[in-house]
Amino acid sequence: MQNLIDIKQLNKSYLVGEQPLQVLSQIDLAIAQGEYISIMGPSGSGKSTLLNMIGLLDRPDDGSYQLSNQQTTKLDEELRAELRRQHIGFIFQNFHLIDRLTAIENVELPLMLSGVSAQSRREKAMQLFTRLGIASRADHLPKQLSGGQMQRVAIARAMIMQPQILLADEPTGNLDQKSGLEVIDLLEELNTQGITLIVVTHDKNLGKRAHRHLKMIDGKIIKDLPNNQATTGETNA
Amino acid sequence: MRSQDTWTFGWQSLSRYKLRTLLLLIAISIGVTSVLILTSFGEGARLFIKQEFSNLGNEMMIILPGKKETTGGSIPIYGTSARDLTINDAIALEQISSIEKVAPIIAGNSLISYQGKSREVITLGSSTDIFSVRNLNVAQGRIFKYSAKDNSTAVCVIGATIKKELFGNNQAVGEWVRFSGQKFRVIGVLEERGESLGLDMREMVIIPLKTAESLFNSPALFRILLQLNKTGSEQYTEQKIIELIKRRHDGEDDVTIISQNSLMSSLNNILTMVTASIAAIAAISLIVAGFLIMNVTYISVAKRKQEIGILKAIGASAHQVQVIFLSEALILVTIGVFIGIAFAYAFIHVVGLLWPQFPIAIPMWATLASSTLAFLIGLLFAWLPAKSAAKLDPVLALRGQ
Repeated sequence: MQNLIDIKQLNKSYLVGEQPLQVLSQIDLAIAQGEYISIMGPSGSGKSTLLNMIGLLDRPDDGSYQLSNQQTTKLDEELRAELRRQHIGFIFQNFHLIDRLTAIENVELPLMLSGVSAQSRREKAMQLFTRLGIASRADHLPKQLSGGQMQRVAIARAMIMQPQILLADEPTGNLDQKSGLEVIDLLEELNTQGITLIVVTHDKNLGKRAHRHLKMIDGKIIKDLPNNQATTGETNA
Repeated sequence: MRSQDTWTFGWQSLSRYKLRTLLLLIAISIGVTSVLILTSFGEGARLFIKQEFSNLGNEMMIILPGKKETTGGSIPIYGTSARDLTINDAIALEQISSIEKVAPIIAGNSLISYQGKSREVITLGSSTDIFSVRNLNVAQGRIFKYSAKDNSTAVCVIGATIKKELFGNNQAVGEWVRFSGQKFRVIGVLEERGESLGLDMREMVIIPLKTAESLFNSPALFRILLQLNKTGSEQYTEQKIIELIKRRHDGEDDVTIISQNSLMSSLNNILTMVTASIAAIAAISLIVAGFLIMNVTYISVAKRKQEIGILKAIGASAHQVQVIFLSEALILVTIGVFIGIAFAYAFIHVVGLLWPQFPIAIPMWATLASSTLAFLIGLLFAWLPAKSAAKLDPVLALRGQ
């Protein structure tokens, strides 16, 4: 089976002061459709950068990244935005909702950017709100919502384009335990329905729930284990 | 992204930042208003002068003694005379078929006195035609009825100011006044009317031509006013006049002929130029508004970095981000222009009520030019910040850096 994501020999460094800092070094990673992966590691280990790389928000210095058999590293910004819109949904720790727009307007935004009519936007968003159990909050502004509700709205926004990949950067980081669990349950449910779920987290319990664990240190993937395997040994996929 | 959505999105963000939006709207509308108001004054002056010319009466021509070569430059108002223009010349002009009325004028200063009060006045000696050629009417009494040929009596029609100064509220018609010693009977008082072409008719006295000839002891004319009997005959008439004067003045056409139309069109040109330069000066305020738009859009881009990051993360292209910021500026300018135009028209309306004599008006070209300029400036100055918003790195922007 073809891999959905195929990353080879990927490097990325930033200039910090005058010193180049190697944030990602020689990353090889293959991910199939429908996987549930957690990426863990200390702060500064490059896990968020890897996530942004997968989400086409960041560009590598060199190496190759194929998304759905399409080489992305040479694409111009417009085409990358197009791919991002069609294939990828982002969920952030801070929710990143636009605070002057109501919940449903936030969710409609990706549809609006791709030119869907107002009426069918509203229908699709409402369906999703009902499915996620936040239909009654559709016309609330973000500041009128609880953290858990905001993250659900953010998930709805990520899901509205029916992407193949859902990227979550510390999705429970700003939530209490109960709403955090609810959000994770929701994400896992979406995964069982076929979406590829990649979660970056500090939370060991959360990390363990994934079917495949990546551990990163200093820009390298040092562990890549399926859930049911022993915790010893280092393999690269 | 559909254009309607772009506008809605821009509108939402403008209405969210009310103070910023309000300040920018004020800046733009002040720019537009000032252009419109200043040009409307220029335009008002132009219309005012046009109106003054039509007060002169239709199809008027003026003959001045002496020839001025018109090699460009301004129109000669006073000719330098080599040979006098005389009453007989004026009488001869009546033969030309296209001339309806001839009002030869002898002008001079004289001292008018009544019961110990006296005053220096400009005295015009002319025929009956001067009243119709210059649209003069009497408020009291009557006008005299002497043509250029007629021997006349010592009567006078006085201007409204002279009447007030010499007679106060008393009856003037029928009284005797003295002009440099000679007795004249007042037969009429002119209707009060404003200045026309620099001659204040309220401060003048009009007497019959022959009487003036003997009063000033000279048949030399100051000028001849002509009224033509139909429009479009200026050129023909001018040619005929030159032929006639040549015949009478030993082959020299030593007169200067001014037609109302040529005078008016050159004044018109001058005033249009003046109005346009005023408009250009006022347009500086629009450029200032443009810089304000640029600064505020830069600040807005900086403040909304996260939003830009979010938009990019959910699939907005750089182009879309740029369009979003540009359309915000465009909405702002549109509203600003409309407010500006409304303000200006309201102002002009009030001025029109307070000062009805002055025909103040906003020329259509000023409205079009100032709104076009506002749009151009708005887009131009929003372009750079919008471009920088589009270029933001989404990862950094999401962190608000």
